Amino acid sequence: MINPNSPSTANSPSTASTAKKICSSATYGSSKMPLYNYILIALVLVMSVLPQFMDAYWVAVFVSVGLGTLLSLSLNIILGQAGIFSMGHAAFYAVGAYVTAILNTRYGIPILYLLPISGFASAFFAMIVARPIIHLRGDYLLMVTIGIVEIVRIALVNDIGGLTGGANGLFGISRPEIFDIKIKKGEQFYYMIWSFVGVTVILFHWLNCSRFGRALSCIKEDDVAAEGCGINVTRYKLLAFMIGAFWAGMAGTLFAAKMTIISPGSFTFWDSVLLFAAVILGGGSQAGVILGAFLVFGLPEIFRSFAGARMLVFGLALMVMMIIRPQGIIPPRPRHYKLSKASQNKVDYALSQIQDSKDAQPTCSVHGKGEENL
Amino acid sequence: MSTQDISMNAILSLDKVTKTFGGLRAVNEMSFKVEDNSIMGIIGPNGAGKTTVFNLITGNYTPNEGSIEFQGKSITKLRPHQIVEQGIARTFQSIRLFPNLSVIENVLAGSHCRMKSGLFASMFRLPSQRKEEAQTLERAMEELEFVGLAHMWNEKASSLSYGNQRLLEMARALASDPKLVILDEPAGSMNQPETKVLIRLIQAIQERGITVMLIEHDMGLVMKVCEKIVVIEYGTKIAEGKPVEIRNNPRVIEAYLGKED
Amino acid sequence: MELFIQQVINGLAIGGIYALVALGYTMVYGVLKLINFAHGDLFTIGAYLGMTVFVSFGLGGIVPIWIAIPLVALMVMGLVAVLGGLLERAAYRPLRNASRLSAVVSAVGASIFFQNAIILLWGANYYVYPEAMRPSVIIDLFGMGVPLIRFILIGASILLMLVLYWFIHRTKTGTAIRAAAIDQGAAKLMGINVNRIISLVFLIGPGLGGVAGLMVGLAYGQIDFSMGFSYGLKAFTAAILGGIGNIPGAMIGGLILGLVETLGAAYLTIAWKDAISFFVLILILIIRPTGILGERVADKL
Repeated sequence: MINPNSPSTANSPSTASTAKKICSSATYGSSKMPLYNYILIALVLVMSVLPQFMDAYWVAVFVSVGLGTLLSLSLNIILGQAGIFSMGHAAFYAVGAYVTAILNTRYGIPILYLLPISGFASAFFAMIVARPIIHLRGDYLLMVTIGIVEIVRIALVNDIGGLTGGANGLFGISRPEIFDIKIKKGEQFYYMIWSFVGVTVILFHWLNCSRFGRALSCIKEDDVAAEGCGINVTRYKLLAFMIGAFWAGMAGTLFAAKMTIISPGSFTFWDSVLLFAAVILGGGSQAGVILGAFLVFGLPEIFRSFAGARMLVFGLALMVMMIIRPQGIIPPRPRHYKLSKASQNKVDYALSQIQDSKDAQPTCSVHGKGEENL
Repeated sequence: MSTQDISMNAILSLDKVTKTFGGLRAVNEMSFKVEDNSIMGIIGPNGAGKTTVFNLITGNYTPNEGSIEFQGKSITKLRPHQIVEQGIARTFQSIRLFPNLSVIENVLAGSHCRMKSGLFASMFRLPSQRKEEAQTLERAMEELEFVGLAHMWNEKASSLSYGNQRLLEMARALASDPKLVILDEPAGSMNQPETKVLIRLIQAIQERGITVMLIEHDMGLVMKVCEKIVVIEYGTKIAEGKPVEIRNNPRVIEAYLGKED
Repeated sequence: MELFIQQVINGLAIGGIYALVALGYTMVYGVLKLINFAHGDLFTIGAYLGMTVFVSFGLGGIVPIWIAIPLVALMVMGLVAVLGGLLERAAYRPLRNASRLSAVVSAVGASIFFQNAIILLWGANYYVYPEAMRPSVIIDLFGMGVPLIRFILIGASILLMLVLYWFIHRTKTGTAIRAAAIDQGAAKLMGINVNRIISLVFLIGPGLGGVAGLMVGLAYGQIDFSMGFSYGLKAFTAAILGGIGNIPGAMIGGLILGLVETLGAAYLTIAWKDAISFFVLILILIIRPTGILGERVADKL
């Protein structure tokens, strides 16, 4: 390979100093990785013993925070990673919950089978509704997604096709069974939902570190440039919607199984808004979004002592937090790439050349052909 | 016109391509051919429609009339990402990197369309996907080395100097394994030493067997590297030929310097 | 036919309210490119304040109703405008340079705050406007009985819109608002104090919204703390329908939406009444995303 950027011209002391900076930041980054992992392990341990120290009320709170986390993580693919302003996530949640409720109460299909089925139904729904609107920008898309979530809610209230049970909703949804163990206690739901969250975090992390995740980042940064790089922007935006909807649909199944009764009131515009707030508050990284979900779905419980004023305080807290930290609590960290030996050598070589040229105080001699003028 | 036209092996050809915006004819019955593995320049006064021609080739705009053929296939109706897949990569006049991503990720974005791992393979991190990632990373580093930015691989793209950002955009374009690279004012915001590096780089791209098309205001650069030049004014081609022919063409001189009365 | 005319009058009355609320959205969006999520709640506060001001000042007993109501309207306008100004200062100004998404979340926080403030102050139950505020004069129009208040409503909203239109297009400050909406940077360079313009917009928009809230109370008699949500969403739809950022667009959009919704509910389906406006929204965005009066802007590459 030819390197036209000969060391004598890729010079200037400033490049050399930035080069030094990368070196130091690289070592800093690698020493930080284990710490991050330790925190993760500690968190998993704490979460796994937590129910032993909580009463039924707090276990229930954690179960609903878990569902909120699942939903926020799925919205994060759309909103946080692809940068698509979607405020209609509750619609996908609703589709999952209702598909579960209908198939379970009418045909007795077990909940666990319904998990993927609801996911696919929700993803399919997302594909249908998102296709015509996917090219819309920013706030327009925001408003349309709000419209969709309201239309879905009104459709459910109007008992479409006699299937959704109108404003009262559907009841008598059965509990999930795993290996003949019927999940019905709060604690069991706690473990089921939070393990689901765990698996989701891992899968989404891998997805984020693939060409898929990169494509979404590119679309978020600049969709025209992304298309110009050969990324099928429409397709990837749709896929982001569908994956988000798939997971929201599965969360809907878990919700239906936990409540055994569902009604349109659980899938309103405000539920979408809270999910939106959780993602933006969190900052778009998975860790941030989980924290955001805790704040949005857990904080009002902690404020319970404020009684009537708790939502007031919550609204105020949202404002204050955005003002203090507009980029969110934990913005995404750059993806980590490990260079092969050969590539690392290239970097080292380039750095050494720069160092040499700096020592030699270059005179900007130009290589190549003569300088014949025009 | 040059005698090459008859025997040339065209990689890209525009045939009477017209683009209108409202009532404005931005590009008017534009026809030219680009020879395989050549370096061609498009010049013309500001607002002549040069970038519009590029945007028509890359699919950002669709022509109202006329057709564009690349390697014998019509690409007139294709969308930008499909055109990249066909083998045409571009850079933008106003640098359009992904500013918050790292340098290497910008190049990897260019490789996107040459990768095959699907959603499932990515989500479950299958061995095939990991292998492909590693290979692509290697390839991306080669491109970075090619443009001379290997040592900055982990920097944030927005932290680079403008000159280096232009080089990075070229690396990103090259990472998509193109047959034809379209450079929109590559020397814009570059200082003189950087421009000299750029000239060498453009020639090196040609040596890799890739055809280069460029828009440039730096006449020194254009005259030095281009084998053929197309001059446009008000969306219409007014001259076409070798640098020597263009330099002495009275219509071109008139377009640039105004008519002497 | 009678039903039709009656529905048209109803549609225009509700459309006028949508238009007034939509003006607040569209003006704020024009200068800040921000959806003021709390706007609907300011509208609700207007409805509550109207009632409280009327009752607590005992206006009904002192002055005749046709003086009392405009007086209440002016007070509501002023109070809600101040609230809007405070909102901008507290929730949006600190986020002026942050990403728009964080401003949206701050707006959502403000909306939650206002809604719960209403619950704390007035309670969560719905309120009925005092009879003294709502003279039940029925006008005989070609043999149909139409409440006078509907006509007053239509007249008042059109009057307010005309005043605003005059202000925006015929005064120096209005020109500055339009300039700031087109290009803040350029407006600054021309010596326009953009911060002042933004503050002003946050006075005018909520002021009009507050009056619209009062009008809902006067016309329909019943108000509750969550009414800002559906009125707000529909008004925003109206703003997009007319072309967001475009002031005459918001007026036309509001009236059209009111008509479509009322006629749709009367002739097609009452159960889907609230969904009609969203179908309209989705349709318009698919067909003509810039709205009726909005300008198409070519993508700059």
